[in-house]
Amino acid sequence: MNKLQRSSLYQLSIMRFRLTLREPEAIFWVFIFPILLAVGLGIAFRNRPADVLQVAATRPQLTRALAADKGLTATTMDEPAGSRALASGSILLLAIQQPDGVAYRYDDTNPDARTARLLADRAIQTAAGRRDAVSSEDQHIHEPGARYIDFVVPGLLGMNLMGSAIWGMGFSIVEARQKKLLKRMVASPMPRWQYLASYLISRLALLVLEVVAFLGFARLIFAVPFRGSLWQLALLCVLASLSFSALGLLVSSRAKTMEAASGLMNLVMLPMWILSGVFFSASRFPAVIQPIVRALPLTAAIDTLRGNMLQGMNMGQMFAPIAILLAWVAVPFAVSLRIFRWR
Amino acid sequence: MLNGEPRRQEESTALLLRGVRKSFADVVAVDHLDLEVARAECFGLLGPNGAGKTTTIEICEGLTAPDEGRVELLGLNWRSGAGELRQRIGVQLQETQFPEKLTVEEVLRLFRSFFRRGIPVEESIQSAQLEEKRGARVGTLSGGQKQRLAMACALVGDPELLFLDEPTTGLDPQARRHLWDLVDRLKQAGRTIILTTHYMEEAERLCDRVAIMDHGRVLALGSPQQLIASVGGEHIVEFAISGHESGDGAADAALLSAIPGVHSHRSDAGLHQLSVRELHIAVPRIFAELTRQGLHLSEFRTHSATLEDVFMRLTGRNLRDE
Repeated sequence: MNKLQRSSLYQLSIMRFRLTLREPEAIFWVFIFPILLAVGLGIAFRNRPADVLQVAATRPQLTRALAADKGLTATTMDEPAGSRALASGSILLLAIQQPDGVAYRYDDTNPDARTARLLADRAIQTAAGRRDAVSSEDQHIHEPGARYIDFVVPGLLGMNLMGSAIWGMGFSIVEARQKKLLKRMVASPMPRWQYLASYLISRLALLVLEVVAFLGFARLIFAVPFRGSLWQLALLCVLASLSFSALGLLVSSRAKTMEAASGLMNLVMLPMWILSGVFFSASRFPAVIQPIVRALPLTAAIDTLRGNMLQGMNMGQMFAPIAILLAWVAVPFAVSLRIFRWR
Repeated sequence: MLNGEPRRQEESTALLLRGVRKSFADVVAVDHLDLEVARAECFGLLGPNGAGKTTTIEICEGLTAPDEGRVELLGLNWRSGAGELRQRIGVQLQETQFPEKLTVEEVLRLFRSFFRRGIPVEESIQSAQLEEKRGARVGTLSGGQKQRLAMACALVGDPELLFLDEPTTGLDPQARRHLWDLVDRLKQAGRTIILTTHYMEEAERLCDRVAIMDHGRVLALGSPQQLIASVGGEHIVEFAISGHESGDGAADAALLSAIPGVHSHRSDAGLHQLSVRELHIAVPRIFAELTRQGLHLSEFRTHSATLEDVFMRLTGRNLRDE
């Protein structure tokens, strides 16, 4: 054995690394799941021609006028049949011939129905001979960087960093406590800080694999942009992962059973899944709760990842979220070192 | 006190407990315990579950802090010498489960890395006779093999003082004998061993001295032979009575105790126990006395006195009833 192999910190870290890699479920959640999610979202929100909207009219000549618009497909049905079709959602709008004009029946809280209303009215007015007062043309945006997939990839990365750190720490620490392994470890001359540090070291080693696999996939398949510096992106991933690890350590510092631990973990992660802007911008939440939303580590992590990848910001421009992440490293770590239950 | 006194004590005494007390909530687990274990001795704490054995051994191992009392190991104490002590003792806890997906060799390599000095991993694998299982994952080991791995982890730092908490609980008889052989070899090598057990045959077989514990106290202390001799006889005669000719009740205890050669008598759920020194002399007399009283036997057997009988004499209970 060489000197490195004799070091207890090395042995502890390599043990953690091995244990993670020998757990097939962990491999799935860490590597496969985020990629599947990105593929699913990429398909769901792929940039396709705008939807053709289903509408209907009560008279054939109205139907012909509607069908002339590329954005609409139209059928003819009488009023009762049309109402039923509206209720079942198979059409978005029914154009009803009135003695003095046309009535549109649709749900104005449904954005697609409102779009259908605009298109239908334009088609009918145009068929009746209306001419545009101002000539106009459309310019479509489909370039990388402004699509939903570009927005969601940093969000998924942040969510994945959180999940793998908290689950990875939480379950294995509580399992070791439950199986009396923690007690056995502290009955040996092992320095206690090394045991906890080994979790962080193996986490960072896995992080490299995890982040490279996920972002590499996003780059190759979706051509997601990397506008900021890559080494800063790496640093941000490390910082985010450390803050989630510290949180995972805190969550698992007392729990004696898996049930208690998994309840706590969900309690900690659920608000962040909802509030931290993984799938849509966190700024959509009301101003009253914004201070809470901003203070969450996942919000800060995702903000910095988006800032780096999408806006090409450097770390100096993202002082506030980085400070929040640093606080989330220091405070939970310090608290859990004090309250950690070794037996 | 002479200048050389503490030094001499360190050389001869491996473990010293004075007035050690520990309670959990309102349960007193260990009640003013005094113990002294010499170097190269194999010392056993024998008692039923809940007697305070594990609390006692964990106080010795520095895992539980006593409420009061003095604890010294190898002349050091846990307050000032913890780092040094951890290097010099070996510990095997009750029911430790090593990570199932690590191999035997990986677990031992990990534990070896914690000790400044110790034996090579290879040697610890050999001494626990796990050569064939070196590359096997912990999850695939049998109960006995897991226990030998735990033992190997305790030995990998070449400890001066070895603690074994219920080393054979839950093992089948063959695995138990296998582990006993391992402990025998450690004893022959002159290592100090402190073990807890609720198997009296284990204490008899392995220990130079035994402390019988119950409710956090030591009831009796001595070599297994001394303790058995203290019962007053080397053999136990047990019998049960099925019927009575005159029908006036059970056997007369006073008359049974009065038989020459019978040291004591007790009865438990219809089973009479007499301790006797010389079977060939006492048994005919017991038969004669029972016949004289007009009693019919439904059972009659004898066995050599064991620590179990000592425990029963001291507490009126069986070790395993708990």
